[in-house]
Amino acid sequence: MTVKRRQEGWRYRGNVALRVLAGSVGAYLVMALTAALLARTLPMSRVEAVTTATMIAYLAAPAVTIWAFLARGPWRALAGVALVAGLLALGAWAAGQPA
Amino acid sequence: MSALPSAAVREGMRQCMAWLHGWTGLLLGHVLFLMCLTGTLTVFKAEISRWMRPETTASAAPADAMVAATRWLERNTSGSTGWFLTAPDSHQNAVQATYDGTGGYVTRALDPVSGAPVARETLGGEFFYRFHFELELPYPWGRLLASLAGMMMLTALVTGIIAHKRIFKDIFTFRPTKGQRSWLDGHNALGVLALPFHIMITFTGVLTLASLNLPWGMAAGYGADVATLYSDLTPGSVTRPALGEKAPLAPIAPMLAHAQRHFGGAPIGRVYVFNPGDKGAVVVVYPSDQKAIGYMPGEISFDGATGAVLKAWTENRPAVRAYQTVYGLHMARFAPELTRWLYFLGGAMLTMAIATGMVLWIVKRRERAPLSIGNRILERLNVGMLTGAPIGAAAFLIANRLLPLGMADRAQAEVSAALWSAGAVMVAGLALRPAIGWPVLLGALAVACACAALLGPIWAGGPVMVTINLMLLGVALALTPLILRQTKRLSAPVPLRRRMAPA
Repeated sequence: MTVKRRQEGWRYRGNVALRVLAGSVGAYLVMALTAALLARTLPMSRVEAVTTATMIAYLAAPAVTIWAFLARGPWRALAGVALVAGLLALGAWAAGQPA
Repeated sequence: MSALPSAAVREGMRQCMAWLHGWTGLLLGHVLFLMCLTGTLTVFKAEISRWMRPETTASAAPADAMVAATRWLERNTSGSTGWFLTAPDSHQNAVQATYDGTGGYVTRALDPVSGAPVARETLGGEFFYRFHFELELPYPWGRLLASLAGMMMLTALVTGIIAHKRIFKDIFTFRPTKGQRSWLDGHNALGVLALPFHIMITFTGVLTLASLNLPWGMAAGYGADVATLYSDLTPGSVTRPALGEKAPLAPIAPMLAHAQRHFGGAPIGRVYVFNPGDKGAVVVVYPSDQKAIGYMPGEISFDGATGAVLKAWTENRPAVRAYQTVYGLHMARFAPELTRWLYFLGGAMLTMAIATGMVLWIVKRRERAPLSIGNRILERLNVGMLTGAPIGAAAFLIANRLLPLGMADRAQAEVSAALWSAGAVMVAGLALRPAIGWPVLLGALAVACACAALLGPIWAGGPVMVTINLMLLGVALALTPLILRQTKRLSAPVPLRRRMAPA
């Protein structure tokens, strides 16, 4: 594969950097908030919900990482991750900590 | 590599995944190599411990060994905050004990009959087990780094699968002595053949550190109320402070017998004694983890001073059981002999897949254009790490045979021997031209393995001793043709480009 000169420019590096941000920090954020939302909303006893939520949440991270690199553009990747994280956070906040 | 998806949208998807696979594999590749190597050795942790303590041949029933151990600890420690004991089983014969007396916590193997620490002070297989997820770094950094490496590995596995055109065909494809193609075929075969194992072991591995790397579900459910979370997770264990009033520990044998009845006859596995010698002492007993995949399927707590049952619990909650099963799948303590060998084989293949992947990164780039300075450093780091880590492990075994028995801090000296020799090999790998570094350092590894096997008792101690010695010799023998081929290539007049190839 030939490395195109164009891709070595700042545009290319910025593209990769933004996707790495979305695919690492973003992926962890989505994973953490998935765990939080599910822990508060799954219809089980508190400890059961927390345990199930934690196990499921791990599956979210690789999915987000891969999507961040497949998305049409880097800003789209960031915005997508931010949107999902925002919705999850809103849901978790609305659900409130179980008694 | 080129081609982010924006450059070549649809047809570039596979290329993009290959790109991501390369980078996620590369960035912490050396950490992953260390983790996989030590994790694979940990499958035979108990057997390695026995190899490293050839003088300790006595054996006792789990409960009897626990009685002996607690009796010795009672007489030889005072003011302890805890004794954490693991009973012998069909794999290990000593009691594994972590306890504090004067000063901080120590980890010792206790003789199953006398209860005293064994003569040859060593961490044994415990070293590889600890290194596997703590990487000799202070808490919590080692575990966090291991978690991060595990997550990257998970991503590397998934992207590696997507990047593939023909998974099934790759199992049967190997084109030797074809440079990059051979390395790619080898990497693919190692990765694909045991793929279900690789995914399972990575996923369950990351999950074992869940309370550290993903505490947000717990935080969302419990907030700062860690005490309630803990008691909800292990309802059968009692936590209470010391009362400051002295009281001898009640006889432990009846407690163990009671616990075994509670576990439905399963032998006892662990005994934790909190604040021994205090009136508020608590004895918590867990069943052996050899009987079921699920880790710690129940527990029972006794009042240390009276011996009365405080709480008992049998785990039946589906999600908690599921987590324990995930945990147990990773630890493989449930596994019978054959399954352990499969774990070992799977782990060895994953270790080799990582090593070949790291080499492939370099070979691929070298065949296209002269290596950049970064890749030339990486090439040498590869030489140092891929040979240094196993040489460190072999040095640990050699130190076990050579260091005098009564030496102060003997166990730590063994660890130092491992780390310093691995470090020295790293330096040598960086200093030597790779074409020379590979055969020299692989040769050193072969010699080190052979030395570890031939230094100590070869037959004594039964099948465990012989098997491990044979495996060490096997590694040395398997490396020999590889080294010979590389030295032959060094002297043969081949084009420069090929001469630099590591194998």
